[in-house]
Amino acid sequence: MAHTTEQVLAGLAELVTDETGIAADQVTVEKSFTEDLDIDSISMMTIVVNAEEKFDVKIPDDEVKNLTTVGEAVAFITKAQA
Amino acid sequence: MSPLRQSQGAAFTRILSLGAARGDTVVTNDDVAGPIDSSDEWIRQRTGIIERRRSSPTEHAIDLAHTAASEAIQAAGIDPGAIDAVIVATISNTVQTPSLAALLADRLGTTPAAAYDISAACAGYTYGIAQADALIRSGAATYVVVVGAEKLSDIAEPTDRSISFLLGDGAGAAVVGPSDDVGIGPTVWGSDGSKWDAVGMNRPLREAFDDPQGGFPTLRQDGQAVFRWAVWEMAKVAKRALEVSGVSPSELTAFVPHQANMRIIDEFAKQLALPESVLIARDIATTGNTSAASIPLAMHRLLQEHPEASGGLALQIGFGAGLVFGAQVVRLP
Repeated sequence: MAHTTEQVLAGLAELVTDETGIAADQVTVEKSFTEDLDIDSISMMTIVVNAEEKFDVKIPDDEVKNLTTVGEAVAFITKAQA
Repeated sequence: MSPLRQSQGAAFTRILSLGAARGDTVVTNDDVAGPIDSSDEWIRQRTGIIERRRSSPTEHAIDLAHTAASEAIQAAGIDPGAIDAVIVATISNTVQTPSLAALLADRLGTTPAAAYDISAACAGYTYGIAQADALIRSGAATYVVVVGAEKLSDIAEPTDRSISFLLGDGAGAAVVGPSDDVGIGPTVWGSDGSKWDAVGMNRPLREAFDDPQGGFPTLRQDGQAVFRWAVWEMAKVAKRALEVSGVSPSELTAFVPHQANMRIIDEFAKQLALPESVLIARDIATTGNTSAASIPLAMHRLLQEHPEASGGLALQIGFGAGLVFGAQVVRLP
């Protein structure tokens, strides 16, 4: 069942908290993963793999580089749901 | 029909002994942080490395290989003349030919042993162990020396932020021989050449020669792609290696993965759900990533720090440029 944008954001925030300890309410759409949330590329990859499983989508390696903000990630995941 | 004989060897094999050699110089994070505009803290957090060992200009991969292999042969208590094959896993041979193994075989006094190099990057040592096991059980050899030997500082570009600061120099060696019972489990190995670009040299030799600006080829990687593959795909390989050898995680004494990055080791151990009792090799913290040398170096250190682990089972897994991988469960010497 496809998740709404809000559900994807909430789910992604949970994954970010699990991996980094950052509070879920800090994970808002305009934030950059690296610049604002200080998430390094290795933690980013762990979050991506967990998101693939949670939302049943595929996020290829070369797509990951394009997902610089939380909003971009949410948009990609929402769209990728079949 | 004319007769043709075929050889048959020992039913079982095991690693008899190990040897180790690390670069003669300690290189701290502060030493490498400048050219990559970074810091000790960033390197530790990102890789788990506190310091790495590198060789001075007069110390080469062959010298490290010689020291490590000599220790292993002595510890095995066999005469160098009894060695039938010398296999060196390396990406540090500075000439395309002859092999490092041929030179090493001569220096060790093992002539006329068969000698060849394996080019399988960070999986090279596990490929070598797979081959040694097969050579002995087929009767092609009785004793085999397998060495992982690297001088990666020769091919590290100090300003490269993708991999250079991880790299170290060293060699680890194993003597493999016949055994009364199973000492080396089935190898799970393979490749994924679709990711040929993920890690490797940044340019071919010919291009470097033809470039008037110079620029000797150096190592680089797509860190994110390698991380994902190394953790999630290699976790599947590790599980298969346990399955085919009939060993469950709780029966392991040690886990010795290629020392690529402490973050990979940590996430990997989580994926495998290893019990607390399993010793995890973390030699990278003070040795760095030494490619083909990293597994035997890490196992050697683990046994020095935990001699009671001798005789227990260890899962070793190598993975790297190719992309290629190899894993097997072995009895710790």
